[in-house]
Amino acid sequence: MVLVYITTQHGIAKSALETVSYARKLNEQVVVITCGSASANELEILGKYGAKSILVNRTIDGEDSQQLARLISSFALSLKAETVMFSHDFIGKGVAPRVSVRLKAGLVSGAISLPETDGSIKINVFSGKAIAFVKVNSPVRIISLLPNSVAPEITGVNCAVEEITGDFGAAAIKVLSTKKPEGDIALPEAELVVSAGRGMKGPENWGMIEGLAKALGAATACSRPVADIGWRPHHEHVGQTGVAIRPNLYIAIGISGAIQHLAGVNGSKVIVVVNTDKEAPFFKAADYGVIGDAFDVIPRLTEAVLKFNAENN
Amino acid sequence: MKILVCISKSPDTTSKISFIQDNKVFDENGVQFIVNPYDEWYALVRALELKETLGGQVSIITVGTANDDAIMRKALAIGADEAIRIDAEPKDAYFTACQIANFAKEGSFDLILTGKETINYNGSQVGGMLSEILDLPFVSLASRLEVNGNTVSVEREIAGGIQVIEANLPLVISCSKGMAEQRIPNMRGIMAARTKPLQVISPISTDDLTSYVLFNTPSSKAAVKMIDASNMDELVQLLHNEAKVI
Ligand SMILES: Cc1cc2nc3c(=O)[nH]c(=O)nc-3n(C[C@H](O)[C@H](O)[C@H](O)COP(=O)(O)OP(=O)(O)OC[C@H]3O[C@@H](n4cnc5c(N)ncnc54)[C@H](O)[C@@H]3O)c2cc1C
Repeated sequence: MVLVYITTQHGIAKSALETVSYARKLNEQVVVITCGSASANELEILGKYGAKSILVNRTIDGEDSQQLARLISSFALSLKAETVMFSHDFIGKGVAPRVSVRLKAGLVSGAISLPETDGSIKINVFSGKAIAFVKVNSPVRIISLLPNSVAPEITGVNCAVEEITGDFGAAAIKVLSTKKPEGDIALPEAELVVSAGRGMKGPENWGMIEGLAKALGAATACSRPVADIGWRPHHEHVGQTGVAIRPNLYIAIGISGAIQHLAGVNGSKVIVVVNTDKEAPFFKAADYGVIGDAFDVIPRLTEAVLKFNAENN
Repeated sequence: MKILVCISKSPDTTSKISFIQDNKVFDENGVQFIVNPYDEWYALVRALELKETLGGQVSIITVGTANDDAIMRKALAIGADEAIRIDAEPKDAYFTACQIANFAKEGSFDLILTGKETINYNGSQVGGMLSEILDLPFVSLASRLEVNGNTVSVEREIAGGIQVIEANLPLVISCSKGMAEQRIPNMRGIMAARTKPLQVISPISTDDLTSYVLFNTPSSKAAVKMIDASNMDELVQLLHNEAKVI
């Protein structure tokens, strides 16, 4: 069976549905384990994506990797899980390695597709410049799934939610506060991303970037220098030393396309580049290109998107 | 304050990535290696800043062969006090974490810092594994770190937001952007690094939990389709009908 840990204390993210759907393709016996206060109504829909049952611990807050690792490992052992799954997000990155040690089970982090016939699993390496096939040598394997790598699929119906208890120790870390920008779409999960670079000249010009993003329902991102000079927040910085993303659509505006930037975005399914310089290296990595001044092109593109939205609703 | 910083080498960000031996081995030929940027810019520099305000010692550790002494000297030149190299080719994250844990368990470190990931294997695994082996708390993806006596205040990135966390020393933290600013080593640092201690330790044996069986480089894209700047309706139609992304 497959045991899937999902984070529910910040809401059920699309990546959670993806992870459950992936697990269902590995094995029909999928049990989801979570903690926190999400209601049974919120949780039972995971059954539609392939969960046979859901185990929820109400006493752990889900923020401490040490406590979570004890919880997940103990159920992995008692349920005799062959595979334990996580989403490769901020919680998965903290907990999956700990569970790997506890269970002496090999960890494939950031899986981007289902296992090959030889059991190896594809991951991005060299910041997206290459792909590796990783094989797990232990009887139990751990997989953390890169967000946006598989589509969530409805295959079943709501399932039962069962409360679980046990002693998993005290939490070693205490969350004092959480700042979550209202209404923003989380970048690592976003299907559509509008990104801009130094070509935008200054932070005062980001209104049109946000306008286009809003019209598309996209998240916003930026190149490294833009975050470094403080035009945009650090968490928007994509690339080799920022967030690596693989949205369906990445629109790059006024970004030259340096190798370090491309490394973090070249997993995107479709890339659109808007740049005044026809020699900009980004055009070589693009599917669609527009040579032009962002200050002229972006308002027109936004208008075209709004018109499209109006016609298609 | 005793701080241990885990250092990995990674290919320079402009390196051409290719593979040899039937795509089973990374081709190091002509590749310039650097200190993994997350380890250097954030973990190491923040450790040095803490030492400068609180006193103490910053040790750096890597798992690697004698070829990696150069990057360890670079990290010493930036300001670390001593270096430890576990003399082995790192097989995977578990192997690496076991080696570092074996050293760290005797060292009574107050704080162990890693980068959030390496830019070559991007696994984000070593810090978490290390903390589990050592039975220590772990905060991943930290973008700010303050130490007040026995407690730390850490900010970490969560999906699109930031959490403020409190925990007690000792613990393990993986560091990402925001934590510190890159420091360029000066001549004095480079000279001093030559005589700082670099201890070489034999590895312990561990289980082989994973293996990298094959590598591939993504196939190159078809040629870009250019759209006239005056015709954004066409772009939107292409994104809808052809690319099917909106
Ligand atoms: C170790 C290392 C790691 C790095 N990691 C990253 C990383 O993770 N992410 C990252 O992004 N960078 C990274 N960089 C930096 C990278 O090399 C580039 O310097 C950076 O990506 C350039 O940002 P940019 O494209 O916004 O700016 P520029 O290179 O200055 O490009 C601006 C572009 O805007 C265009 N332009 C100007 N005006 C307009 C206009 N009005 N309309 C349309 N286009 C216009 C220009 O033609 C140009 O192509 C790293 C560098 C190093 C050395």
